[in-house]
Amino acid sequence: MDLDLVTSILAIATFAGASLVLATIGEIFTERVGILNLGVEGMMIMGAVTGFATAYRTNNVWLGVVVAGIVGGLMALVHAFATITLRADQIVSGLAITLLGTGLASFLGQVIGPDGGPLVGLTGPKFTKWPIPGLSSLPLVGEGFFNQDPIVYSLFVVVPVSWYFLYKTRPGLYLRAVGESASTSDAVGVSVFGRRYGYTVLGGVMAGVAGSHLSLSYTPGWTENLTGGRGWIVIALVIFATWNPARAVVGALLFGGVNAIQFRLQAEGTNLPASILNMSPYILTVLVLILITRTDKLRQTIGAPAGLGIPYHREERE
Amino acid sequence: MKRKLFALVAVLAIVAAACGGGSADTTTTTAADTGGGGAAEEPMKVAFVYVAPIGDLGWTYQHDLGRQAVEARFGDKVETTFIENVAEGPDSERVIRDFANKGFDLIIATSFGYMDPTITVAAEFPDTQFVHISGFKNADNVATLFGRMYQPRYLSGMAAGAATESNILGYVAAFPIPEVIRGIDAFTLGAQSVNPDIEVRVVWTNTWFDPPTEKEAAEALLAAGADVIAQHQDTTEPQKAAQAAGAVSISYNSDISEIVGDSVLTGPVWDWGVKYISIIEEMMAGTYDGSESYWGGLSDGVISLAPFSDRVSQETQDAINAKMAEFESGATDVFCGPIVDNEGTEQVAAGTCMDDGSMLGMEWFVKGVSQ
Repeated sequence: MDLDLVTSILAIATFAGASLVLATIGEIFTERVGILNLGVEGMMIMGAVTGFATAYRTNNVWLGVVVAGIVGGLMALVHAFATITLRADQIVSGLAITLLGTGLASFLGQVIGPDGGPLVGLTGPKFTKWPIPGLSSLPLVGEGFFNQDPIVYSLFVVVPVSWYFLYKTRPGLYLRAVGESASTSDAVGVSVFGRRYGYTVLGGVMAGVAGSHLSLSYTPGWTENLTGGRGWIVIALVIFATWNPARAVVGALLFGGVNAIQFRLQAEGTNLPASILNMSPYILTVLVLILITRTDKLRQTIGAPAGLGIPYHREERE
Repeated sequence: MKRKLFALVAVLAIVAAACGGGSADTTTTTAADTGGGGAAEEPMKVAFVYVAPIGDLGWTYQHDLGRQAVEARFGDKVETTFIENVAEGPDSERVIRDFANKGFDLIIATSFGYMDPTITVAAEFPDTQFVHISGFKNADNVATLFGRMYQPRYLSGMAAGAATESNILGYVAAFPIPEVIRGIDAFTLGAQSVNPDIEVRVVWTNTWFDPPTEKEAAEALLAAGADVIAQHQDTTEPQKAAQAAGAVSISYNSDISEIVGDSVLTGPVWDWGVKYISIIEEMMAGTYDGSESYWGGLSDGVISLAPFSDRVSQETQDAINAKMAEFESGATDVFCGPIVDNEGTEQVAAGTCMDDGSMLGMEWFVKGVSQ
């Protein structure tokens, strides 16, 4: 592989991986506080359709991002209400939200275009790339890291801040404590309900924004099934990243880049079985899953939240 | 507490179902209730099973245009229904059986992967007529339907061959099945007929419909030096990627010049309405051969070529039109020898043409294809 090929693969992996990083870090916050949200796919696709529709009507991509975030947050609020207040099964509620989101997005895509018509096939405003002078011409990483759109650049802040917040600050410690053992946290006076609501909604906002990155930048425009299952990749990515925002970046580059890599190899005429490359990130995810369920010690070292998926009920404390 | 949970889940599920969509979306269009007409006959009920959403400007979109043509032609004599986004395999069998149970007279299954489910259900409902698109298994009440898409593929290849400067054409393809391989081969032969040095690079996506993936595949081909992008997919992302890179493209399924302007040179398009209408007319007259294997060519109107972009020179347009006339008259066809495959074996001898059976099972690539 020559240098140009590596450069361009890195550029595509970053661009393709950006929405994955955002949604994954959002889901890490949600799962770290003990709530499993399988509604990511539904929130991403709703973010994609509402973000594009808003940008199309207002001719302002930033408004599109804001609306996408609000929509994602509102959907997460439904999940939070169902699972935290009503203590419904988190898996069922999450799946219902994904089904609702994909259905509603298809429906909206047919009626919120101009004159109540479809959005499909319209060309609207989109993010353009902002090359950073000097840095963007660096060999190898210049194209991938410094010739991107503003959403990708925002990750330079979001990723380190999320990591620092989670591991180095007191609110981050409380967050993780709630996900580890809600009853213990409650006993020492750390609010369980408020935190669970807050971080679930935050996760939804990030998923919505991630969806709008697809419809406003990566594949500008709206087509049904635009997210193509990327919300499910996010669920796998959280495990792959072992609930750590920094490792989520590595994972997202890998998951995002693997298609680009195998397509490049195909286009260059290399006869490598594409399916093997395509499934490699998932094999690694399964491996991580096996490892963390094997031993409690390893689980603790890695930091999988012990209280994930368990509803908390004050009066039924164990 | 438990009751609350179930109530909530039920509500969510109902909302999800009401909004329709994700997995399956049913829409029934009943043309005028004949109500107190007395002597009015029951309308003929026709159901369509779609593999993708309609809004894709691709394969399913064209089928739905066919359905709309049926409605326009027959008015209240026919009632049509469709379900979109039906996964191939067990899901489709459930959907098809459901339609048969509900008493539909004609069920049209529009994707290759519905073949076995269609055959299975058809055996249980001998009085229902089934039409399967693009397959090769028939029964007394299962007709198969397809078009000789390789003819317009060849013609679009001529446009691509005349346009390229790098002599590398990119082809984003879904799955290595005979239908797709036949298209790649025809496209390559067409391109080579105007420029013998052409190389066609193929990238397999292993999906019919995935916008970001299709875009990535096209970008990989553009990066490898291709300056014309053709495709056998269901979205328009490969063409958008070509336009964004300043290259040109060949479309498939629909005329997409409204989306990507004159960067799309031309492309093979489907027109299913023609055949759907004739099937229904024949069924009403009681003359339809319910087990037919129909493979329509350019002269039948099921397939054609999208209008040329201004970027296709008059000279090339004339050459393509002349070739089209030859295909229509039956004077020649695409797969007439000598044709050598990309491993150097002669597959079709000079002076002979491939028969339909071997074309439908085609599994080799012509010289000049690298995949």
